[in-house]
Amino acid sequence: MSDPTDDSPRLPALPAGTVRAVLRAPAAGLAVPSVDVDPLDPAVVVLAADLLATQVASAGCVGLAAAQVGVPARVFSLDVTGHPRARTCHGPFVLANPVVVSATRWERGREGCLSVPDLTGDVKRATRVVVTGVVPGTGATLTLETDGFEARAVQHEVDHLDGLLFLDRVAGAHALHPRRVYL
Amino acid sequence: MTGPSVSQGRLLVVTIVGHDRPGIIARATGVLAELGANLEDSSMTILRGHFAMVLVASAEVTADEAQSALATLAGTSLSVSVREVPDESVHAPVGKPYLLSVHGADRPGIVSTVTAQLSDVGGNITDLTTRLADGLYVLVVEVEVPDAADVGALTGRLADVARDLGVDVSLRALDTDDL
Repeated sequence: MSDPTDDSPRLPALPAGTVRAVLRAPAAGLAVPSVDVDPLDPAVVVLAADLLATQVASAGCVGLAAAQVGVPARVFSLDVTGHPRARTCHGPFVLANPVVVSATRWERGREGCLSVPDLTGDVKRATRVVVTGVVPGTGATLTLETDGFEARAVQHEVDHLDGLLFLDRVAGAHALHPRRVYL
Repeated sequence: MTGPSVSQGRLLVVTIVGHDRPGIIARATGVLAELGANLEDSSMTILRGHFAMVLVASAEVTADEAQSALATLAGTSLSVSVREVPDESVHAPVGKPYLLSVHGADRPGIVSTVTAQLSDVGGNITDLTTRLADGLYVLVVEVEVPDAADVGALTGRLADVARDLGVDVSLRALDTDDL
């Protein structure tokens, strides 16, 4: 569980989150662009806590956009802590109204999504990104520079806020695959 | 006209191969739609100028009925075959996925020699593409390799056969980022 007493500037004290139901494609809510929010709105603070709680409760999930829980708000949570493919890791954080201000060193990689559980796709993503946004609850501007797995996750979540799934970005007609989970 | 409904009856495999030209997919899938067939998985590509389509569709009609309906296309230099198949349950992966790339001067036996190394260790190929481009032969394979297999030894054997074939080979883990 995310620690609600965490006082790091990236993640202010949040109320205990509630796990929300995650939409699955072809749910219409996944294809709609989300709108900017007031990061000090109490409902947005609750949403931030709920995203983290839902993400933690979902196996193999490192990030969640509000659109995935049916809320068309530009808010996403992310936590790649302990993930074997992560290099830079900023721990758990939630960003409102995020903007990717820089994206470089593009590489193709295969990715999956909680909202598209039975497919994976090869998608070209920047391996270095700078993302800026506002921390729900404090209103502080947070700018993060990251790479690799965390950078891919940031771009994947920001895509959700624009109503895009990885399916909209697959690198070719043979870049879509059935998911085969080997545990 | 009745409204669209998803057919749950038979599972048909439709194979269409022939001279490539615009409109084949639209016409073939149009015939299937008129029969009420619902397309499921498919792969369609162009192999050295030949259009090649394999698709699985669920339908109420029989394979013969679909074949007859699609025969209107066959008069246009397309080879069409339809047959009924059982509903296969998707088997669990046999191991972790790897991507194998082979490239080099073309010669007979590259695919058979390389894939034999994979089957020898119980590997299961899930996707494979080959392309011949002006003497350069390229083979790309997605393969599940059982945990019990020694990947280091497999890499060594692949290097050995690649040397004999005069081609380059690489085997790397195929990771999926779950986001």
